[in-house]
Amino acid sequence: MRIEKRLHDSRLMVYLSPLLALLLTLVSGALLFALLGRPPLASLYTFFIAPISDLYGLSELAVKVTPLLLCAIGLTLCFKAKIWNIGAEGQFVFGALIGGAVTLQLADSEGFWVLPTIILSGAAAGLAWAGIAALLLTRFNANEILTTIMLNYIAVNLLLWAVHGPLKDPDGLNFPESALFASQTLLPVLFEDYRVSIALFIALFMLIVIWVVLTRTLLGFQLRVMGENQNAARFAGFKGKTLVWLLLCFSGAMAGVAAISETNGPVGQLIPTLSLGYGYAAIIVVFMGRMHPLGILLASCLLGLTYLGGEMAQIDQGLPKSITGLFQGMLLFYLLACDLLISYRLVSSSHTKTATIDSAN
Amino acid sequence: MDISLIENILFAMVRTGTPLLLVALGAMMSERSGVLNLGQEGMILVGAACGFIAAYAGGSLGLGVIAAVAAGVAVSLIFAFIALTLISNQVATGLALTIFGTGLSAFLGAAYVGQTVTGFAPLAIPLLSDIPLIGKALFAQDALVYLSFILFAAVFVVMRYTRLGLIIRAVGENPDVAHALGYKVLLVRYCAVMFGGGMAGLAGAYLSLAYTPMWSEGIAAGRGWIALALVVFASWRTERILLGAWLFGFASILHLLLQGYGYEISPNLLAMLPYVVTILVLVMMMYRQKNQGLFAPRSLGQPYHPLK
Repeated sequence: MRIEKRLHDSRLMVYLSPLLALLLTLVSGALLFALLGRPPLASLYTFFIAPISDLYGLSELAVKVTPLLLCAIGLTLCFKAKIWNIGAEGQFVFGALIGGAVTLQLADSEGFWVLPTIILSGAAAGLAWAGIAALLLTRFNANEILTTIMLNYIAVNLLLWAVHGPLKDPDGLNFPESALFASQTLLPVLFEDYRVSIALFIALFMLIVIWVVLTRTLLGFQLRVMGENQNAARFAGFKGKTLVWLLLCFSGAMAGVAAISETNGPVGQLIPTLSLGYGYAAIIVVFMGRMHPLGILLASCLLGLTYLGGEMAQIDQGLPKSITGLFQGMLLFYLLACDLLISYRLVSSSHTKTATIDSAN
Repeated sequence: MDISLIENILFAMVRTGTPLLLVALGAMMSERSGVLNLGQEGMILVGAACGFIAAYAGGSLGLGVIAAVAAGVAVSLIFAFIALTLISNQVATGLALTIFGTGLSAFLGAAYVGQTVTGFAPLAIPLLSDIPLIGKALFAQDALVYLSFILFAAVFVVMRYTRLGLIIRAVGENPDVAHALGYKVLLVRYCAVMFGGGMAGLAGAYLSLAYTPMWSEGIAAGRGWIALALVVFASWRTERILLGAWLFGFASILHLLLQGYGYEISPNLLAMLPYVVTILVLVMMMYRQKNQGLFAPRSLGQPYHPLK
């Protein structure tokens, strides 16, 4: 077998690759379950089907999809322009921290302005956190991968400090947690008895917004060009730095809103383990979703499902919940491997005409 | 400040800097060959988990170290296969390795949380460890710290004085020319990535068997990323990596010093220090160099396919 470059990238493989990756992940998952002495097919069913086999399960999926999708919406724009914002996690956590602090301040406030204030404060905090990375990148040329990762760790430690210190529930049992948020500061749920909140609508609305931006505006064109050819972008006079600021800040704001969807939604307080790695999982969502709005919607459902599946595997099979991370990692690995087939094809060696060149490597 | 306090600070500095030194040496080697592996954090974690499990189950620290190194190499091979053979985006593949490694280590280690082993104990070298000031820091450490010294020396010699070092650098600077000269670019890169995997695995073993002899989820605490920054800080030069690792070690133990002087600062805020220092260092370096390309290997992160 030999790898040969295609004349043109295969559009078919662009869309087939995620499905192939999912298939390979399922096969590997079955093998893994077999290795662990569990019935493979039944375990896969527990992981991928059982969690969403009823209405409540589906609504729980929507609960997981909300923060994933919001983070992925911001990251999609960044990644399209090849700005590697790995900091959605930190922007999420900082958004939660500030949004949580504001929420606690507004515990006794009533009025239509309370919720918008909280959501905007979360967005502003996420924006500010991403803004640090934007400043470091544009002003000091500091690699955004490393700075955003460092900011993730800093944000997590800030949250830990806050829930151990200033924001700790004074009436609690000395647990590192904030007080429970007052009911009027929580995002309204869409249906009674289900946890999915209006934040889902915000996410879907923003999804449409970036769809329009990407396909119908000059900005979308600019960031596509910038991602594909930095020099061409500069030649065409696009303001690279402005775009970096804009994309990072937007992405941070989205992560901040994602945080509010969790803290003022299903969680209802600040706790040390607020984010279950949504910021990192959103990276996989963006790649799986091919940086396309519809794609990331589907991919965030899949990634959301890995969280539910992990919980289910823990309850049902006594497996560690961290199996979620294992599946997520496999998914991305397989996707990147399958993406080879977009620009290259596999040729069996007997057909080769250039075997001499091939044998050199 | 009395002598024994300084001795203790230097001792802790070297101890804390050791995992960074190991990872950064491995990352530097792979970057010198032109491969940017952002999966260091994941490889450390898998190494730490496997090392701990092997040492716990097998009852031998040596076995733990071997298992950790083997595990690090094994997961680095997944990266190498996808990034090199399948010509994927190295940034994304490295991230995938970190996500995968974080998940795998948490999964494997879940049953071992809260268990302890008797970790590596300090082995004071007679006479040398009595040298004032630096004796304790350099010659009263545990076996893995000494091993890190040896590995540092080995990498230094290989990179500076040997043909092998020259080949690695040639492959990283200009793979086409290296290929034309008859060197197997992908083979060199595979080996460099595996070396990085082994070093990260060893660093993991150091964390879970010597530094804090236990397993806890996310025990690497960003060290893989700090080490990557360290390589930039060191301008891909071996001797500066040693300096940088110990400097970062010092930044990480500053809180001990502050506590020693009676300052009451939240441990969570102090825990932010190494990350803040990393950002500051990155800013400083980039600001000074303006053009990072002067120091980074020319083909860093570029996929290589001989038939392009």
